[in-house]
Amino acid sequence: MLLQAIAFYVFAAVTVASGTMVVVSRNPVYSVLFLILAFFNAAALFVLIGAEFIAMILVIVYVGAVAVLFLFVVMMLDINMSKLKEGFLDYLPIGAMIGAALLAEILFGLGVWGSGASDTVQAFNSAGIPPAAIDNTRAIGQVLYTQYFYLFQVSGLVLLVAMIGAIVLTLRNRPGVRRQRVSDQLYRSKEETMTVVKVPSREGV
Amino acid sequence: MDAIITFLTTHWLGQAILILLQCLAVTVPLLVSVAYMTYVDRKVWASIQLRRGPNVVGPFGLLQPFADGLKLVLKETIVPSSANGVLFIIAPMLAFMTALVAWAVVPFDDGWVIADINVGILYLFAISSLGVYGIIIAGWASNSKYAFLGALRSAAQMVSYEVSIGFVLITVLLCTGSLNLSKVVLAQSGWFFNWFWLPLLPMFVIFFISALAETNRTPFDLPMSEAELVAGFHTEYSAMTFGLFFLGEYANMILLSALGSVLFLGGWMSPIPFAPFTWVPGVVWFALKIAFLLFIFSWTKGTLPRYRYDQLMRLGWKVFLPVSLGWVVLTAAVLQFGGWVPKP
Repeated sequence: MLLQAIAFYVFAAVTVASGTMVVVSRNPVYSVLFLILAFFNAAALFVLIGAEFIAMILVIVYVGAVAVLFLFVVMMLDINMSKLKEGFLDYLPIGAMIGAALLAEILFGLGVWGSGASDTVQAFNSAGIPPAAIDNTRAIGQVLYTQYFYLFQVSGLVLLVAMIGAIVLTLRNRPGVRRQRVSDQLYRSKEETMTVVKVPSREGV
Repeated sequence: MDAIITFLTTHWLGQAILILLQCLAVTVPLLVSVAYMTYVDRKVWASIQLRRGPNVVGPFGLLQPFADGLKLVLKETIVPSSANGVLFIIAPMLAFMTALVAWAVVPFDDGWVIADINVGILYLFAISSLGVYGIIIAGWASNSKYAFLGALRSAAQMVSYEVSIGFVLITVLLCTGSLNLSKVVLAQSGWFFNWFWLPLLPMFVIFFISALAETNRTPFDLPMSEAELVAGFHTEYSAMTFGLFFLGEYANMILLSALGSVLFLGGWMSPIPFAPFTWVPGVVWFALKIAFLLFIFSWTKGTLPRYRYDQLMRLGWKVFLPVSLGWVVLTAAVLQFGGWVPKP
């Protein structure tokens, strides 16, 4: 228990500290790196409360994919940070308001916490699984693909639309681009591309 | 003796010490095998090219890895004056560390695993997706165009091939019904043709090729293609900082081979499930399977030329991604309609 308590306070402190550093650090690359640290410690906190599936997904999706792309973009930009920081205090009230709104949403979510739990338990009972035998990967799958199936599909559709949108925005037809056609290359035969010449010694071709 | 055991298993300090000891028990053999992997690699290339390979230091050149290591330790670590000092030093540590922490969930034998967690496969996937940070930070912190280009290439390559590795993992997950690596191995018990390499052969091939790309090995070693980028992301690194990248690369190779043998070659299982073969400890079978996959790694490096960058991306996104996605759907359909869905 003591080890867990120590772990919790360490992870929580590092999460908060690195969250602050994301905002205040001068270099945008450092900001992204601190963001990654914050993600990582949040994942560790999830592990501590026994939500190992969410923790791993957090690391895979946010740290492994999203933050890499962030880092890509930020590293390639030549940002003058001192100029960017000038408006820091002007934007502070708006930022604080957004933060307050998010906090209010979380508190509201906590207020109705557990009201969907009976449905979940019912879903498990109807699937014939004893509640003790459920690890949380299975629990999430069981609920996600039964009770919340349509919501799950809709969120998938939203992502698909976003993906198509990104492709449409960046797709352009450039004339005169010479592309390699792999199938053509693979179908070339030895006869049409290569001639074997027997060169007589000291005479040349 | 009993007092020590009670202390180690019940007291919180004892548990911490026990965890530390377990980590050492995995890390030390791993580092020795990393050292000897460099030796074996060079020997295999040498015999492919009809040379002798390292044969001067020690009998059969067996002390060569230690001589190389000593040389790297004793050399001066140079930090370029325009580099970002802190990140420049952190990057190789990250690259090396991510290759080591993943071993926490690898089962060496029945019950021989440091952390027998329920999401072992996801943990491995998460850690292997972190490996890219060491490289990308190294490229940026070096403040050099070759290093940066190499890092960008490498990051794009690793992100692309992780997608198909993810689908391979999902297929195996469908067939076992568990994310726990020990259960994945136990689901493959029996003869060697019960292991997943045969029913999931296309996925095994995709997994192996993606593993080559993931570890930046030939034919996908574009991040460090000498002719274009000097040495890629570690151009500016010297001495032990370079050594850590090098060790990390080999540790990653061994890790992916271990993952391959857990997922497809039955982990610690003996290939023939009766007496004289089952007497051999599971660790030995596991090591043999890893060694077999590592040999194919070296063999590939000795045989194939390097891919061009657009070919690499085409292979990842236009061939492996659709094929592996299709195979996931096919496997799910076969399991569902054949009535073979694994029971929890």
